[in-house]
Amino acid sequence: MATDLTNSNVAVRETRIGSITGYIGTLSDLASQSQCGTLKGCSRCFSQSSTCLSLCALSQLASIRDVAIIHHGPSGCSVTGSNSYYMSKVMARKRGVTSDTVYVGTDMNEHDTIFGSTDSLRNIILETIRRYRPKAIFVSSSCATGIIGEDIDSVVEDVRSEVDVPVVAVHCEGFKSKIWATGFDISDHAVLQGIVREARKDAPKNNKVNFKNFFESARPEIIEMFKEFDLEPVFLYCNSTVEELSTMSENLATTCICGTLGNYLGNVLEEKYGVPYVRSINQCGITGFETWLRALAKATHRESQIESYIARQREIYMPKIEAVAKELRGLTAVIGMGPGYTFEVSRVLDELGIKVVWALAWHYDKKYENGDVPPSMKYLLDNGVDFETSVADQQNYEVMNILHEYQPDMYLSRHPGSTVWAIKNGTPAIYVADEYMIFGYKHTLEFANSILDTVRNRSFETNLAKRTRLPYTQWWYQQNVDKFFEETK
Amino acid sequence: MEQKKKNSGVISDVRYACAVGATNTVVAIKGAVPIANCSPGCQLKTTAMLTFENAFQGSIAAGGGNMPSANATENDVVFGGVKTLDSLIKSTLKIYRGDLFVVLTGCTGELIGDNVPDLVRTYQEAGYPIVYANTPGFKGNNLFGHEEVVNAIIDQYVGEYKGEKQKGLVNLWFETPYYNHNWRGDYQELARILRGAGLEVNILFGPENEGVEAWKKIPKAQFNLVVSPWVGVRNAEHLQKKYGQPFLHIPEIPVGEEATSKFIRQVVEFAGIDKGPSETFIREEAKVYYYYLEHFSEFFAEYWYGMPSEFAIAADAAYALAYTKFLADQVGLIPKRVVITDNTPQKFQPAIVDYFKNNISEGVSVDVDFEVDGYEVEKMIESVDFKAGKPLILGSSWELNLANKKNALFFEVSTPSSETLVINRSHIGYRGALQLLERIYSTSVGGK
Repeated sequence: MATDLTNSNVAVRETRIGSITGYIGTLSDLASQSQCGTLKGCSRCFSQSSTCLSLCALSQLASIRDVAIIHHGPSGCSVTGSNSYYMSKVMARKRGVTSDTVYVGTDMNEHDTIFGSTDSLRNIILETIRRYRPKAIFVSSSCATGIIGEDIDSVVEDVRSEVDVPVVAVHCEGFKSKIWATGFDISDHAVLQGIVREARKDAPKNNKVNFKNFFESARPEIIEMFKEFDLEPVFLYCNSTVEELSTMSENLATTCICGTLGNYLGNVLEEKYGVPYVRSINQCGITGFETWLRALAKATHRESQIESYIARQREIYMPKIEAVAKELRGLTAVIGMGPGYTFEVSRVLDELGIKVVWALAWHYDKKYENGDVPPSMKYLLDNGVDFETSVADQQNYEVMNILHEYQPDMYLSRHPGSTVWAIKNGTPAIYVADEYMIFGYKHTLEFANSILDTVRNRSFETNLAKRTRLPYTQWWYQQNVDKFFEETK
Repeated sequence: MEQKKKNSGVISDVRYACAVGATNTVVAIKGAVPIANCSPGCQLKTTAMLTFENAFQGSIAAGGGNMPSANATENDVVFGGVKTLDSLIKSTLKIYRGDLFVVLTGCTGELIGDNVPDLVRTYQEAGYPIVYANTPGFKGNNLFGHEEVVNAIIDQYVGEYKGEKQKGLVNLWFETPYYNHNWRGDYQELARILRGAGLEVNILFGPENEGVEAWKKIPKAQFNLVVSPWVGVRNAEHLQKKYGQPFLHIPEIPVGEEATSKFIRQVVEFAGIDKGPSETFIREEAKVYYYYLEHFSEFFAEYWYGMPSEFAIAADAAYALAYTKFLADQVGLIPKRVVITDNTPQKFQPAIVDYFKNNISEGVSVDVDFEVDGYEVEKMIESVDFKAGKPLILGSSWELNLANKKNALFFEVSTPSSETLVINRSHIGYRGALQLLERIYSTSVGGK
């Protein structure tokens, strides 16, 4: 795949890597259909609210320190600002740094939709610079500006010559893709296009590894661990500085916590600047952690240090993990997460002896940027793990139908608006919001213990479910999950 | 009614969602199902803003992740989205147990010119309880959208009524559901007060709402009561025209004994009902209120550290007015700056300005600013020169850093509220006012 960094648009995942949002079958069927090229996603004639790619793209960018996001659209588009309050204030506070990132909306009104507002957008960019002195500005479109054909690129191009900070156009029309993870690619594309510099010829050799994650909650322990390998992680994008991002091209390697999140950045840095991208299953669980560490070792030539680390950690944690796993054996689970985590967490549950009866992926990437089938899925199949699988862009009615049918011991999800309805259904739920919740030996042990606590004491869910009336008809619970699927238009 | 007319401008620190966020008004009616005819993420974003980062109120029934949504695609933009909406409605009617379905169309459907009214009419003609509202984000915010939805339900669902009016029955119109984080508790407290005064209250939203039957009852009511500086006035005017139903508009949400007793007397006078029960109720409530207040006075008089005497507030028109009045008129605090951040329609601004000038407390006259841009709001509050006591700042999460900078007491009273969790709380009426005092002075204790 050749990436075009001269164009501010990045093609959506559907067209670029054949991603889909509708499928029902088994993991093995999904994989074999992907490999032989016969997989065609389905669409639905009924859907529930999902997520906007702008939420993913702009939250990512708004977590960079001291930048400005300008979301050109009606007030509802920029309510993400209340979300990014957390990113720029709470997350920065937690780490002991400050961020003056600002999320600006343009409160577009009816007059603007008729007469256009490129002139005011120009002034808004200049006013934002005057007010906040950001280190970079990202200017995003919305559904409304997209439909009326506002030429954001030209405005950005025009302003760029007048100001001394990077100004980057970001194309976030929400209707463009049902796959919100496209937003991650959009944010990566914006950073690669507007912030990352060519590696300097005379750049000093460094030991830094680009580490793409969400909220860097495990930052201190990863720094500590990397020190043992003589490596230094550079966490992206939460609390990153523009300066840090600009030199990603000079670093030793790129790795990520979630393939869905980091794939675009990792591949482009490799393709354009020769920074190796560590491709492996992710760090969740024992096998995941060790496989990732070994891949990192290979990319950075740290084999001996890393093998010795693995041996020491195993000795501490394996007996404890095995002891908890004994108590978990035989429990059943349904999972609903992005495709990155769904297949990674399935592997961990398998390690712990929990049977996955159904896994939902919010979308599915047939191939990654480099053309391979996602490694997490390949691993499961190579190891004889198979289960019922569906692809649904967080369609809660399908989740409820599945929980009703299978009555699993637990439901695990990673996205807002999902686990809450499971507990109203009486299913104990585990919200795997923190991407480090199952990271490495230590957190795998904690994760196993959390599962145990959750399934052992079900008082809240049981009581709530008795009193809650979900809005679905009995008729729906008796239908097959794919009742509303139709051939893709 | 059009909101502030101006070209796009810089709005940082957003304090409201857009019109299509009025799906939450539908969720506030028991058995009603919103059908969001908009892009994929519009509802999740709104939900995150109004029900999550707003005191983590949460949602219910067909709200949040359960909400039907067209999730418009490029295909719909190019070829029109009516077919998508048609199958969405058809399936929704099968999947959901619902007594009323409300289609809300956002930017995409409105800009590409989908004929939603004609489509919904075919379902109405087939006998389905379904209505549509035009709620594109570029037309207004979620408060505007709320009024659109209310009128849509009245016109397309409640329908014509020629029967008798029931004396003593009042429709209670009060603020936008899920917008202020206390809306549920406050609605309940107002209803309790009105019942105490001898009225039968038709509860249209929230925990005590019995469903769409209450809405069918609207035309029967003797009158409409609107408790807000502006939200809901448009609906009451509409009802007056439609059903010849009079309305009483009280801009001030009553907080504390004096305001609440006065409020009751005003409503009872308007209703023309027997004053006996309301006077008994006032006496009973006042007795309990002052029993607590007298105990509180010990702290009020003798706590010597970190007590506020001057305050600034940034909130929507309704709560800015209600809290300012109570704090100035009953607690003796001095309002230094009031900023109203809900994009109040211009038509209502002069009356609000006048209320703050002449109707707050004897000897207290406050200038108000209407400002939706967080940058300006911050500058306004930052420029306040607090001269005595510990500064008190009431606002949204956006004011937290400023409050820290000014070493002020602070808590959240407006949207978003990311540092507060509310399950059932009220700061109005008799009972809620005491909770408001608890909240203010709890920020004083403990060496802050």
